[in-house]
Amino acid sequence: MVLKRKVAFVDLTKGKVVYRDIPKELRLKHLGGRGLNWYYLYNNVPPEVRPYDPENILAVGAGLLTGLPAPGSGRTNIATKNPMTSGVGDSNMGGAFSPEMRYAGFDHLIIRGRAETPVYLFVNNGEVEILDASHLWGMDVFDTQTTIREEHGDEQVESLVIGPAGENQVAFANVMTGIKNAGGRGGTGAVMGSKNLKAIACRGTMDLDVHDPEGLLEYFAEINKRAYSSRWAKTLGRLGTPLLYDVSSTTGFIGTMNWQYNTLGEDGKPLEAENLTPYSIKMVACFGCSVHCRHRVKIDKGKYAGVFGEGPEYTMMGTFGTLVGCNDWEFVIKGNDACNRWGVDNLSLGAVMSWAFELYQRGYITDEDTGGLKLEWGDQDAVLELARMIVEREGIGDVLARGFKEAISHFGEETGYYAIHVKGHPNLHTDERGIPSFSLGIATSTRGADHLRSRPAIDLFQLPEDFLESLYGYKVSNDFTSYEGKGIMVWWHELLYNVVDSLGICKFQTVFNSPTSPKFEDYSKLIKIATGLEISKEDLMVIGERNYTLERMFNVMNGMSRKDDYPPERYFNEANKRGLPFMKGRKLDRDKYEKMLDDYYAQHGWDANGIPTEDTLARLGIEKPEKNFPEVE
Amino acid sequence: MSKILLISPERCTGCRTCEIVCTLKNEGTINPARSRISVIKDVFEGYEFPMVCMQCEEPICMEVCPVNAIYVNDETGAKVIDYSKCMGCRTCVISCPLGGCAVDPVTNKTIKCHLCHGDPACARFCKTRAIEWVDASLANQRKRRASVEKYAEVVKRMEHL
Repeated sequence: MVLKRKVAFVDLTKGKVVYRDIPKELRLKHLGGRGLNWYYLYNNVPPEVRPYDPENILAVGAGLLTGLPAPGSGRTNIATKNPMTSGVGDSNMGGAFSPEMRYAGFDHLIIRGRAETPVYLFVNNGEVEILDASHLWGMDVFDTQTTIREEHGDEQVESLVIGPAGENQVAFANVMTGIKNAGGRGGTGAVMGSKNLKAIACRGTMDLDVHDPEGLLEYFAEINKRAYSSRWAKTLGRLGTPLLYDVSSTTGFIGTMNWQYNTLGEDGKPLEAENLTPYSIKMVACFGCSVHCRHRVKIDKGKYAGVFGEGPEYTMMGTFGTLVGCNDWEFVIKGNDACNRWGVDNLSLGAVMSWAFELYQRGYITDEDTGGLKLEWGDQDAVLELARMIVEREGIGDVLARGFKEAISHFGEETGYYAIHVKGHPNLHTDERGIPSFSLGIATSTRGADHLRSRPAIDLFQLPEDFLESLYGYKVSNDFTSYEGKGIMVWWHELLYNVVDSLGICKFQTVFNSPTSPKFEDYSKLIKIATGLEISKEDLMVIGERNYTLERMFNVMNGMSRKDDYPPERYFNEANKRGLPFMKGRKLDRDKYEKMLDDYYAQHGWDANGIPTEDTLARLGIEKPEKNFPEVE
Repeated sequence: MSKILLISPERCTGCRTCEIVCTLKNEGTINPARSRISVIKDVFEGYEFPMVCMQCEEPICMEVCPVNAIYVNDETGAKVIDYSKCMGCRTCVISCPLGGCAVDPVTNKTIKCHLCHGDPACARFCKTRAIEWVDASLANQRKRRASVEKYAEVVKRMEHL
């Protein structure tokens, strides 16, 4: 039965594992995946534990619906104390890892401690073994996975691994599975590296029973059709996330040359989504997904001939494109391949590298700092070399690899103005300053600057206000340059995205870019059929709120409050220099932003300083943290 | 008109929905290890290929079965295991060159695709049509058309000259 999947508590210092059931009450309060991961983090990682301390926890979770016939159900959630923010570090990835973990009998792995020498976990049909990984240390993301498969003589083994970036504790190293599924954000790979944990491999052949098998097949047919037949999903299935480029570039909300500009304009034409098609062999998918949004690509000739892989996603178009003044698809494909092998979060890498380029342009960084490397816009070799230096922590790369906060202290506080981050967490290459709802979203995101915590992407569509009112339950403006009702919009998407992350469903199959995609009420029905649990739409919204507030409390415990909920200062000071007439000249209005932030806090039941009130905590049933990691002897 | 399971690996995205709906429909549970269809894939090498019993015209499984436990369902054309006869000797598993006959790791029974009695779940849920349940004549026509697409392109260009 779905609800019988267990949690394994792994102590790497002691080399021991204990198994526990997951009580039904915890399911009803947090669902699974991201929600349950944060239940364990909140209770077991007190503020005095630093991110790289052995006492920090790395939690890996399957969602409540992971591995089932549910739209895009291949997701894995990873949580830890974030080395860049000292608050929430959390990431969600596709692929086929968590389904395999469930077939092996587990929904959550709660890992603490530090192994003396490199190890990996092998999760197989109800047991977790800790195995030697000395021979895997030093391998890249691909070789690690293929070697583990060879050693177990089983091509069905799915592994979640770190590459050289994680081993070297680059603050924004990620964990990966397959070629390009990345638990990219929040420094999860760096923490995994600090534990001497190279990989977690899973293989399972256990039945995953559901409450109503026939009902599930029929409801899946219906809900899946809605997920894959939206115009958004169809285009995504043909072009992948690069489809976002054309509108961002034309309108002017794409970070360019470290957010000095908001589009490359005409120079950015070569990067349009259709221009990736000649390199695309076919579209492939994560487990259980009918949207199939990723390219499999190959470069046949030229400087980067021989590169083969999956992606690139929209994010790479910033890191190896607009952010550093490049406009060559082949370079984006090459950079994508390098990042995937290194196991480094390309979004963070892009924001950090383009910051260094601007500091070089302004003279804060000189040839002496770079060891002679000239950080000149558009120089592909310089970009790739700087990336390598960061991953290998060589020269200036060693400073940048520590993340924005430490690097700013190194180069001088003044340089912080040019660093596009929130809470120390680097931003995606979107330029949100012309879109108040997006700005509020990155500013309040619990893991620091990020677009997948709450981005109300449908705000751009100017949908009828009646429709928006029926969706959100409140009146909100359909003008994406307005501040009215945007606090509510961000709140609603925070709840929804938390619920899908806790169910193990992909955001591309919910109301992210398509207003008609499945949402709370649809998941309520799916949960009932799959698990027998009665959780209404209203209950789901409360669970989303509880889970989100729990993350907020983790940040509050670590010293965060209203002062940490602001977008980069640049967004208030410098107006957009380019783009369509309604975007050019636009910047954030400080007073209106403050008011929007007040609205957002009020909607959550948080006080004016952004701290959840006693009433709110009581309403959501959030108690004081209490350690519950079992004794491991 | 007879229908066949038509596999087009170039359209397979590797999502493995076919595996989970197969076991959900046939075993009432979810477990790809027990599926009668498997996507053979390797993302590092770059391929995916749904493998399942092709319901051969001259089925070796039927020929080698020592107790004649495999019969043809006249309505669907499926080669079906009669479990009142099957003794689980695995001769069919050893003999089938496609891996069409397999062992269920939970029940230890020999299993194979029986076309879901005429409505294969794998084909129903395959949204890229990498697995289709189609009339044989249509399948032939489609393959032939695909093979002349290049020719058609050339002809089109010539007309513009």
